[in-house]
Amino acid sequence: MSNGAFEPRLIGFLCNWCSYTGADLAGTARMVYAPSMRIIRVMCSGRVDPQFVLKAFSEGADGVLISGCHPGDCHYQEGNYKALRRHRLLTKMLEQFGIEKERFRLEWVSAAEGVKFQHICNEFTEQIRKLGPLNWNGGKHEQSEA
Amino acid sequence: MSKAKPKVAFYWCSSCGGCEESIVDLAEDILKVVEAVDIVFWPVALDFKKKDVEAMEDGSIAVSFINGAVRLSEQEEMVKMLRKKSGLIVAHGTCSHLGGIPGLGNFWNKETIFNRSYHTTPSTDNPDRTVPLEKVVVEGKELTLPSFYDTVYTLDQVIDVDYYLPGCAPPRDLILNAVQAILEGKLPPKGAVLSPNKSLCDDCDRNESKPEKLVITEIKRPWEVEIDPEKCFLAQGIICMGPATRTGCGERCIEGNMPCRGCFGPTDQVFDQGAKFLSALASILDTNDEKEIEKIVNTIIDPAGTFYRFSLPHSILRRRRMEAIK
Amino acid sequence: MSNGKKINLTINNKKIKVDEGTTILQAAEQLDIKIPTLCYHPLLEPYASCRICMVEVKGDTCDLFPACNTKVREGMVVETDSERALKARKLNIEMIMARAPAAEKVQEIAKELGVKKTRFEITDPEEKCILCGICVRTCEEIVGANAISFSERGKERKVYTPFGEPSEACIGCAACAFFCPTEAITCEDLHGRKVIHSELMLGPSTAIRVPIRQAVPMVPFIDEEACIHFKTGECKICERVCEKEAVNHEMEDQEVEIEVGSVILASGFKPFDPKRIPAYGYGRFDNVITALEFEKLVNASSPTDGKILLANGEEPKAVGIVHCVGSRDKKYNEYCSRVCCMYSLKFAHLLKEKTEADIYDFYIDMRCFGKGYEEFYHRLLEEGTRFIRGRVSEVTDMALTEKEEGKLIIRVEDTLIGAIRRIPVDMVILAVGLEPGLDQNEIAKIFNISCGQDTFFLERHPKLAPVSTFSDGIFLAGTCQSPKDIPDTVAQAGAAASEALALADKGTFELEPITAEIDEELCAGCQICVSLCPFTAITYNKEKGVSEINDALCKGCGTCVSACPCGASQQKHFRDAQIFAEIEGILVE
Repeated sequence: MSNGAFEPRLIGFLCNWCSYTGADLAGTARMVYAPSMRIIRVMCSGRVDPQFVLKAFSEGADGVLISGCHPGDCHYQEGNYKALRRHRLLTKMLEQFGIEKERFRLEWVSAAEGVKFQHICNEFTEQIRKLGPLNWNGGKHEQSEA
Repeated sequence: MSKAKPKVAFYWCSSCGGCEESIVDLAEDILKVVEAVDIVFWPVALDFKKKDVEAMEDGSIAVSFINGAVRLSEQEEMVKMLRKKSGLIVAHGTCSHLGGIPGLGNFWNKETIFNRSYHTTPSTDNPDRTVPLEKVVVEGKELTLPSFYDTVYTLDQVIDVDYYLPGCAPPRDLILNAVQAILEGKLPPKGAVLSPNKSLCDDCDRNESKPEKLVITEIKRPWEVEIDPEKCFLAQGIICMGPATRTGCGERCIEGNMPCRGCFGPTDQVFDQGAKFLSALASILDTNDEKEIEKIVNTIIDPAGTFYRFSLPHSILRRRRMEAIK
Repeated sequence: MSNGKKINLTINNKKIKVDEGTTILQAAEQLDIKIPTLCYHPLLEPYASCRICMVEVKGDTCDLFPACNTKVREGMVVETDSERALKARKLNIEMIMARAPAAEKVQEIAKELGVKKTRFEITDPEEKCILCGICVRTCEEIVGANAISFSERGKERKVYTPFGEPSEACIGCAACAFFCPTEAITCEDLHGRKVIHSELMLGPSTAIRVPIRQAVPMVPFIDEEACIHFKTGECKICERVCEKEAVNHEMEDQEVEIEVGSVILASGFKPFDPKRIPAYGYGRFDNVITALEFEKLVNASSPTDGKILLANGEEPKAVGIVHCVGSRDKKYNEYCSRVCCMYSLKFAHLLKEKTEADIYDFYIDMRCFGKGYEEFYHRLLEEGTRFIRGRVSEVTDMALTEKEEGKLIIRVEDTLIGAIRRIPVDMVILAVGLEPGLDQNEIAKIFNISCGQDTFFLERHPKLAPVSTFSDGIFLAGTCQSPKDIPDTVAQAGAAASEALALADKGTFELEPITAEIDEELCAGCQICVSLCPFTAITYNKEKGVSEINDALCKGCGTCVSACPCGASQQKHFRDAQIFAEIEGILVE
C-alpha cells in the first residue's frame, strides 16, 4: 500500500507434491503473476488446519488459498478430500464472521499446471482487489480508547 | 480476624451470576474458606464500595476471583483496579476465561444489540424508543452510565491473568483445589488453566463405545433423535464438542444425556477451539463427493455459534467483522 | 500282507524267492515271465473268471491253477507254458471268443495262443463283454458306489444296474468304462445332450490333473469336486500307483508363515460376468459365449480339437463379436479394459482362418494402442471382417423374418450409417472386460495398501511410481493394479521384481522423516484421527486409552494433525507453532 492503492495480501497454503511444484513450474517457466500471493508450503492440503486460515486472516491476509492435488491424485490418497470437507464447512462459518466466501478459496493445481496457478493468482488478486481490504482487527480498537 | 489471613476478593463482570452461585454452592465447605481467608470485597454478598477498594494498598489482596467477561467501561475500570490491588488474579468461570455465552454478542455490535433489546424483541413495549445513554441530565444533574462496548472481551484481553478456573460454572472440586493450592502456595506455572490438560473423551464413559472407524454420514440435532445414553454422541451423528474441550467438568452434561458444548474451552495446545473442532468434524464426514459434503454441511445450521458457543472472544478472530453487521 | 516270511519256488525252471502271500502271476511277473490275463487287474482283488492265466503246478493232485489267485507255496514247481496249461488256455479263449467276438483284446490273446476261430456258437457278433467282472469290482472295491452288478444266470448273465434303471448310486465317474479291458462299456449323458460349450466348462475329465497346459509350476492337483475319493471315501488309486508316494489324500490346506522383505502383489483380475447384462442372453442362449470360453474352444487341445463349433456341433455361418461388455459403461465399469479390442481382433482373425463364417465386430471405437496393433487392425479390415460401430443393445432369438429363423439376432445402432440394424448370427462372442479380483479389498487391507475408486490397487504415483504402493516394500504387477495386456504386465512385473531386488540389495529401509506423532500425555483417545489415515498407520490403544502412530506406516501428510481436536498430534517439521510463526512472518508489512 505504498502509493495508497490497495494491494491485496494473499496467503496460499500449497501442497508439496502438486500445487507447490505447480507454482514452482510457473516460476521456472518465468510466468508473470500478481505478486500478492505469499506461499506457505505444507506436505498435503489435508495438513491445513482451519486455525491457520483464521490466523492468516487475523494477521492481515485479505484472502486465503488452499491448493492441493486434483481429486484422486493426492499423493497421500485422500488428504485433499479432507481439505475439501473442511473448506466447505469453514467457508460457511467464515461467512458468519462476515468474511466473504470469495476470500477463501480451494483449488486443485497439479504439478504440471503452472499456467493454472498463474491464472488463479491473477484472478484471485483481482477478485480481492474488488472486494477491498479485510482490515481484520477483531475489535481490538476499543481497548485502547477504553 | 487474624492478620495472617490472606485477603480475597470476588468480582462479577458480564456473566449470569452462576459463578457467584458456584461459590455459594461450596455449601459448608465455604466455612472452611471463610475461616482460612479474609474476604475483603464481594459486592454480590457483602456491602463494599468502589472507594473501599481504591483505598487498599496495591498488592494487598492476595487473590481476586473475577467472573464474567468484560463488555462495559465500568468492568474494565474495576478489573484494572483489582489487578493493581491483587497479587493474583483468577479468571473464574468460562465468561472471564473465554468470553462465555455473553461472548456470543460478538456476532453483533452495540447498535444491533440495543436495537434488538430495546426495540425489536416481541416482548418490548417502547413507543418512545428510549435507549440507555451514557450521560443524561436529570433536574440539572448529570447522571452517567458506563459505556457499552461493541465487543465482549475475555478477562485476559483486558488485564494480566494469573490462573483460569474453567467451566460454566466451575465445579466445586476445581474451586476447592484452586483455593487450597493458593493457600498452600503450591501453584502451577502462571497462566495455567486449573483443570487437566486433556480433552473430555479421556474421562468420558462413552469413549469405549466408539466404532472402529468414527465417521459421520448425517448430522442430527439432539432434539431430532432419541439419544442412546450409552453411545458416543458423535457416533450417533450428534455434535459433541468433547474431543475439543478440556476435561475436568465431571461430565455433567454427558451424564444428563446431552452432548458437550465446550464450556471448558480448548486444551493448552489449541489456539482456537472452534476451528479445531470444525476441522475434526469436517474430517470425519464420510463422503468425498462435493455435493454430498455440501449437503451435510448445510445441516449444520449455525457452525460459528455451535463451535464457539463459549469461546468466541477467545478465538483467533474474536468477533464478527464490524463492517459486515447491518 | 507279508509277514516277512519268504517262499522258495521254481517257475519254468527258474528259482525265485518271494514274500508269502504272493500269487503265481505276481511271482512270474518278477521273473519277466508273461502270463496272459483278461479278468485280472493289479488294483483289484483277483477274480479268476476268465481262466486265461491257467498254469500247471507239478506234483499236485489237481495240476491246473489260475495264476492270478493262486498263492505260492514252499517248493512249488510251476510251468506256465506246459502243454496242459496251453491246452486249457486255448479252450477257454475259444469259449470267450464265442461269448464276446467283438472284443479286440480277446482276439489279440487268441492270436497269441494260435487260436484262429471258435468252435462254439456265437450268440451276438457285436458283443464285447466277457463277464470278467472288472467293472463290478471296480465299482465296489475302488469307487465304493456299488452301482452295478451281475444279473441273470447262464447265457443271460450280464452286468447291469438294479432293475436296469438308471442307478442313483452311480456317481458318473466312468471308472468302470476306464477299467473295462474290452471297451464293452461306454459312457453317455443320460439326456443325450451334446452341448459342446457346457462340456467345455466342465474342464478336463480327470480328477487329478495339471490346471492348464501352460501352468507354472507343472504340478498336478486333486480336484476335490471330481475326485472319487472325496465322494465315496474309496479309490485312492493314484495314491497306490504313485511309486514316489507323492499323493496324499489326507493333506489339508495349511497356513505357512514366511518372512520376506518385500511382497509383489499379482493377484490378477476376474472377468466381467456377462449375466449382469441380461439383454445379451448369456446363460440363456447356448451359443452366446464369453471370450474366455471361445479361447478354450479354439485352443488346439480343446474338446473339439480346436474346431470352432456351435453347441449342436455344427460350424457357425456367422459370428458376432461384441466389444466393451461391462467396460466403458457407467452402469457397470466406467474404465476401458484395454485388452478386449485386441483379443477381439485376434478372434476375428482366427475365425477367418478356421471357418467360412461371416464375422461381425461391434465396437465403440477401436483402441489399438500397442506396437503393431494398428497394423493388425488394418489387416483385419482387409481380411473382410465387418466392423460395425455401435454398442449392441440386445441379443435375441425372436426372429422377425425367415432369414432370422433359428439364429441369434444382434440388435445394434450402426452409428456410422445412422440406422438400427438387426444382424442374424449363429454365435455371439462377448468381449468381457476385466474387473478387480473378488477379494481385492481384503488383500488391500492385509497389505495396508489402498484401492482406487474402481477397486484396482492404487499405485504410489500414476507416473512416477507406478509399481510401488504406499506401503514400502509392497509392489504391484499386472491386472490387480489396472487392466493391462500381456506385454504391459510383463513389463510391470519385471519392474516390480527389480524394485524388490533393489530393496533387498540395499538391506536398509528409509523411513519418512516427516511423520506425525501423538503425545501420549495429551491424547484423550477420541479416535477422530483413526478413521482419517488412509495408510492405517493410526491405531487406538484401548489399554492406554490413546491413539498411536506406526512410524513405518505413516507417510507424513499431516491430515490427522490438523484434525486432532485437542492438539495432541503434531507433524514433525510442520508443527502448528512453526506454521503459525510462518504466517506471522510472511504477513509482516
